[in-house]
Amino acid sequence: MLTICGWEASVLKQAIENLGNRTIEGVWRIGYATRFVLAILLHSGTAFRRFGLTIREIYFSGVLSLIIILVSGLFVGMVLGLQGYETLQTYGSESALGVLVAMSLVRELGPVVAALLFASRAGSAITAEIGLMKATEQLSAMEMMAVDPMARVVAPRFWAGVISMPLLAALFSAMGILGGYLVGVQLIGVDEGSFWSQMQSAVDFEQDILNGVIKSVVFGIAITAIALFEGYDAPPTAEGVSGATTRTVVMSSLAVLALDFVLTAFMFRGLN
Amino acid sequence: MPALEPQLRPAAVHNDTLVEIADVAFKYGDRPVLKGINLTARRGQVIAIMGSSGCGKTTLLRLIGGQIKPSQGTVRVAGESVGDLDQAGLYRLRRKMGMLFQFGALFTDISVFDNVAYQLREHTDLPENAIRDLVLLKLHAVGLRGAAQMMPSELSGGMARRVALARAIALDPQLVMYDEPFAGLDPISLGITGNLIRRLTDTLGLTSLVVTHDVQESLKIVDYVYFVSEGVIVAQGTADEIRNSGLPYVHQFVHGEADGPVPFHYPAAAYADDLRLGGQRA
Repeated sequence: MLTICGWEASVLKQAIENLGNRTIEGVWRIGYATRFVLAILLHSGTAFRRFGLTIREIYFSGVLSLIIILVSGLFVGMVLGLQGYETLQTYGSESALGVLVAMSLVRELGPVVAALLFASRAGSAITAEIGLMKATEQLSAMEMMAVDPMARVVAPRFWAGVISMPLLAALFSAMGILGGYLVGVQLIGVDEGSFWSQMQSAVDFEQDILNGVIKSVVFGIAITAIALFEGYDAPPTAEGVSGATTRTVVMSSLAVLALDFVLTAFMFRGLN
Repeated sequence: MPALEPQLRPAAVHNDTLVEIADVAFKYGDRPVLKGINLTARRGQVIAIMGSSGCGKTTLLRLIGGQIKPSQGTVRVAGESVGDLDQAGLYRLRRKMGMLFQFGALFTDISVFDNVAYQLREHTDLPENAIRDLVLLKLHAVGLRGAAQMMPSELSGGMARRVALARAIALDPQLVMYDEPFAGLDPISLGITGNLIRRLTDTLGLTSLVVTHDVQESLKIVDYVYFVSEGVIVAQGTADEIRNSGLPYVHQFVHGEADGPVPFHYPAAAYADDLRLGGQRA
């Protein structure tokens, strides 16, 4: 039996074949996903002409995510207040607590943590809904009724996610700052005037707030596109939908973290 | 015309032919599913397409609806070649079609009323009070006017099928396709569904294409039957011709015999070899 470096030739051949198949499948899937996103953009007219469809989806994606976003934001801000105070008092700079809380939230934690929560709450729901619509032939039924599911189902959900995400991130940051204020000022006793005035003078609208908004818009696009694609591409079985839902959470969380690094590198390069 | 002879009787085209399938073949990847199908359906007829599971019946409906394109041959509906239409043309043609999916495929997030109103709201500019009247009319036709405000999750299988039928005829289509309309129904729902298909076809002047396994129920209501096996039409005829057929495949199918031309056992190696009889057991 032929062996190469201690491996049987047939086993090696099978391994190379598997690797090749997986690579081809991966590339094909990326191409398919790209075409899918382009199709969403092409079919977006209905999402704006009949904005009621998009508003309805904003309710399901955005409004129903409010509880988890607001409560998480409050607790993250409270933890920031506690941890920040511990660190800052070492250097006698506890009056800068407001700046630390606001900067952390507006630049990073607001967009990123809100996006991760959005992916878990709304992204998984979108994938499961679209996947089940496919499995129960609702999408086929729509096509047979001469209604394009891309325009009627997919595009409104996409734009709802894109619109909801920055609003949720802003609310997350606002609640976080409130949490930091409650712990820092009300509980620990940091000077209220210093807390707010230093925050006001240090946070720059363009560099901090606007960049945070841009980040959350990009995260919204990534999460919603992944969630819709996974749902639309899910095998029409219980196992298929469950796998697609898991993939949505994993893929969109990784995408958010990777995109955050790339965006941060571009946005805050060279800033003091 | 002698019963079921020849088995591959050429499809006759009449002036009132609504669906014409000529020499259609289709493959899923490399696996051929249909191999040269000829079929016609005239206006006002109920046509049954029968055959065992996986023989390509539903594929045939998907070809007629334009969800897939044939690899060979033509599918014409209302004079238009379905495979040659672009999306706009296909959607225009589909407004003349209705389809009843196997389990109804109702939209689960909206009520029965909204399901039936769906196409009317999408494709017409009718005022809401006119839509209401039309929806109630359609629901009345299937006996479910009283269930208008229920959600799909509250319906039994038979009721869901009837709501889906009301939705399928909402725009007064020329052709309605039924994918296994009798599957999983109790005898009462079975009878109701069968009668509805016949009555709606006659009353509205539709053409109905019914894909089904249910021989006894469908033979009560159909005008003509096509039997599909291994991708070709192996028999065709009126309900009486089918009942009295001597063809082994049709006989086995109509009488529900466990063994015959369609064998009970899936192809496998010799039983003794699988059990490793003959002194080869490890």
